[in-house]
Amino acid sequence: MKRSTFLLGAAGLALSACEGESEGSQYGADPRLPDPRRGLLPTMRIPRPAQWGDDRPIVPRGYTVTPIATDLRIPRQTLVLPNGDILVAEGAGGGEPTLRPKDLIANIIKALGKTSVRGGNRLTLLRDADGDGTYEARGVFAGDLNAPYGLALIDGALYVANQDAVVRFDYREGQTEASGPPARFVALPSAINHHWTKAMAASPDGRFLYVGIGSNSNITERGMDAEIDRAMIWQIDARTGAHRPYATGLRNPTALTFRPGTDQLWAVANERDEIGSNLVPDYLTSVREGGFYGWPYSYWGQNVDMRAQPQNPERVAAAIRPDYALGSHVAALGVAFSSPAMGPDFAEGVFVGEHGSWNRSTPAGYRVVFVPFRDGRPAGDPIDFVSGFLNRDGNTRGRPVGVTLDPRGALLVADDLSNTVWRVAPDRAGAAPAGRGEAPQVR
Amino acid sequence: MVADPVNGEARAIHPLHAVLLAFPLPLFLGALLSDVAYWRTFHVQWSNFASWLIAGGLLVGAFAVLWSFINLFRGGRRHRGRRLAYFAALLAAWGLGFVNALVHGKDAWAVMPEGLLLSAAVSVLALVATWIGYSGFRTGQTS
Repeated sequence: MKRSTFLLGAAGLALSACEGESEGSQYGADPRLPDPRRGLLPTMRIPRPAQWGDDRPIVPRGYTVTPIATDLRIPRQTLVLPNGDILVAEGAGGGEPTLRPKDLIANIIKALGKTSVRGGNRLTLLRDADGDGTYEARGVFAGDLNAPYGLALIDGALYVANQDAVVRFDYREGQTEASGPPARFVALPSAINHHWTKAMAASPDGRFLYVGIGSNSNITERGMDAEIDRAMIWQIDARTGAHRPYATGLRNPTALTFRPGTDQLWAVANERDEIGSNLVPDYLTSVREGGFYGWPYSYWGQNVDMRAQPQNPERVAAAIRPDYALGSHVAALGVAFSSPAMGPDFAEGVFVGEHGSWNRSTPAGYRVVFVPFRDGRPAGDPIDFVSGFLNRDGNTRGRPVGVTLDPRGALLVADDLSNTVWRVAPDRAGAAPAGRGEAPQVR
Repeated sequence: MVADPVNGEARAIHPLHAVLLAFPLPLFLGALLSDVAYWRTFHVQWSNFASWLIAGGLLVGAFAVLWSFINLFRGGRRHRGRRLAYFAALLAAWGLGFVNALVHGKDAWAVMPEGLLLSAAVSVLALVATWIGYSGFRTGQTS
């Protein structure tokens, strides 16, 4: 029997700071923020990988979840092409050097919660030719990529954000394989790449690409010089490749999207670790052009982080509070606006993929939530949309990353632990009602 | 011609033991100086140096602690107090050094000021332990 969790700190050793972990008040515009604290060891709990067996993730009544692709090689983000084909970006980046004895140990511990599969560094194409929700055709669209993550299509050009550059493929509708190697479009900051994922979205008018570039550290422990051109969102001219910082101070903007029908960019971002189980909330926010969101000097507006030295009171004063707290350490890695095709209960709002925590004694995240919107703004607590990844032993069968809306009426969820793409769709009229997910009714 | 501690011949610690004992003080002292440099400059690389120096002091120091522990049970009753003091000081330096290593595992300025203070305390303890250790367990003057 595998040990259910790797648990360090907290009780017994009394090395970690003990703290209450109720997170109910950490959603929305005004989360309750406790004082920062940390014991001699950070609070850690790493749910270990487990098998799904006949189980399935839990989805709301009236919805069915189906694995449409399995045995992938670390799927992260997906893109639905105009003809309904799905592209899956597979890979794992990073590879930062070990700077301290701590890095050696932390990497070993965090790897316990990850897949042992090697990243594919490729795009896989999935096709459902007859529209029945089963993706019967599958092939490699392009290989030899470098930890691809963000995907965007503008007219006849498919842009892929590798961990070190945006590359471009020509794309014709119906194509199942790239017609040639990618053209390098824009180099991205990639030295060290502590946070390597390069999220990407195209503006609705197709003029610009937006790329999220995460910080090179948790909280500047690799030095301020390593943070040049990091923790920001770039705006890239899709025609010329010219780029500029669009918004800064976002520690790790892991997914970007535009609200349909608007020119407003939205992002989910992962906040800093090691100052407590309930600090700092990851967030969902509309992104203001030229806005500064605090990292590293402060969090959630003007809450100063003493770990970032020398301090910068001017930047702290300028820091914007994000729109909506998702809860601390949930590790939001995917964001997608919904549409009425998802059913009346989930028509207006965003889906957020939460990869799940390590820096907490009670795991948080490990699910896909729905944040309801009203009048274009988040309104109300998140609702579980896909859950049940953690099993009763505290192990986890999967970890959600990218979420993408299929306009036909389905949510695609990339799972980089079970190496699966899940498809969650409302049952069609006349179809048998789905159970609460546990039933293995894959048709 | 066997050295006879009872009859008053000087006896230094074993050469290999001496090599092991040579490590903790300079490494812990180096960590202290690195911490001072970080305190004054905010350049985090100094903190990284301190982390490795502490780790090195702990790694080699652990064998010196072990040796000093075994020595408690060898050599009869003479100088037992001195051997005990040596072991206690070395163990204290090592134990506090371990706490210091954990503190240096915090990110960026979170190391401060505890890391700096601990490095100073550990350096003093290492000096005391090294002093006693190299003083040898000689019998002193013939009585």
